[in-house]
Amino acid sequence: MPQINQLAENWYLASQLFWLALIFGAVFVVVGLGMYPKIEATVDARDRKVADDLAAAKAAHARADDLESQYRQQNDAARAGAQKAVQDAKDKAARDAEKRLAKVDAELSDKMTAAEADVAAARKSAMAEIESVAAEASADLVAKLSGVKVAAADAKAAVKAVLHG
Amino acid sequence: MSAEAGKFDPMHQFTVEPIAKLFAIDGREVWLTTSAVWMAAAAIILWLFMLGGMKRQLVPGRWQMAVEGFTGFISSMMSTNIGSEGRKYTPYVFSLFMFILFCNILGMVPFALGGLHPLTVTSHFTITGVLAVLSFAIVLVVGFWRHGLHFFSLFVPHGTPWPMIPFIAPIEFVSFMVRPFSLGLRLFVAMTAGHVLLEVFANFIVQSSGAGAAIGLPVGLASMALMIGISALELLVAGIQAYVFALLTSLYINDAVNLH
Repeated sequence: MPQINQLAENWYLASQLFWLALIFGAVFVVVGLGMYPKIEATVDARDRKVADDLAAAKAAHARADDLESQYRQQNDAARAGAQKAVQDAKDKAARDAEKRLAKVDAELSDKMTAAEADVAAARKSAMAEIESVAAEASADLVAKLSGVKVAAADAKAAVKAVLHG
Repeated sequence: MSAEAGKFDPMHQFTVEPIAKLFAIDGREVWLTTSAVWMAAAAIILWLFMLGGMKRQLVPGRWQMAVEGFTGFISSMMSTNIGSEGRKYTPYVFSLFMFILFCNILGMVPFALGGLHPLTVTSHFTITGVLAVLSFAIVLVVGFWRHGLHFFSLFVPHGTPWPMIPFIAPIEFVSFMVRPFSLGLRLFVAMTAGHVLLEVFANFIVQSSGAGAAIGLPVGLASMALMIGISALELLVAGIQAYVFALLTSLYINDAVNLH
């Protein structure tokens, strides 16, 4: 086994130890202490960036959700306001119409009463005229039939008695 | 165990060959060796691989994804085993894991590198042992630094009845002290055994070519099929052993940080 046999040679152990110390030392300093931390830092920075980006995306998502719900609330409020305004306008219009209608109604009924009164008055005067005409006519008839002159007042009374029972 | 000329020796692949003498300290010579070249190659390939992950883009490309896959794998292992305090030790465990992984995988390369024969650096216990002792030393330093002498309570598991402590504590102590050996030997043995197996079956294929069609063809084909399977298995082992080394290191550091 050369690994053991060569131990007897003067140069073997010294050379092995010298070169191992030199080369492994160089590897440790250059690779282990020089390059490794930089590579790890790159990996860590990437991990952190990914985590940060994910957190930012999550925050943006939450903000978007907030905005949407806020928008929805505003929309609902605006819709409710508009509906209320429409309802108010409708109510007001209905009230106005009712009021106007009542006023017109009252005017119409006033006119009606006046017209009825006129009609009654007309009827009354017409009746009175009919009485006097009927009294004259009956007086004339009596005079023609019997030759008796009837006084106008008597005729009138007689007609009145007949007309009014 | 050195091979005679023309004789097959599956252990020869583990021989470290000296290339050039550099200097000597206290009589000990330090040479540029094949082992050093393969370690350096692994380190450079690892550096190039990591360089592809340094674009630091927000949306990673394929290469950056691959590098971040490795870093994420180790950092998640550390945070699962140790908790948030494990991040401090991640650079060490990551270097350890990647270095062992690249050495293991580079050891699987069947061709020579610039005239040097292939060598699996992690099949030498001088290498794995030093890495294991390094991990163990970190455990000791962290443990005593954070908990002081209270660190010895590691040897008395929670809920141990008082009369049992004299028996449990030595066992726990031995199992604690064995850790660097088991850590280093596991990797060394796994890589050595795997590569011996690869070499033996590869040699069967070569030998079968000289055994005639009647015996050579079935043996060669069967060995080839096995060779493909074992190569795949060895790639798996290369990854798993690097992972096990890093995982156990993280578990031991967890003991030091959190005391059970």
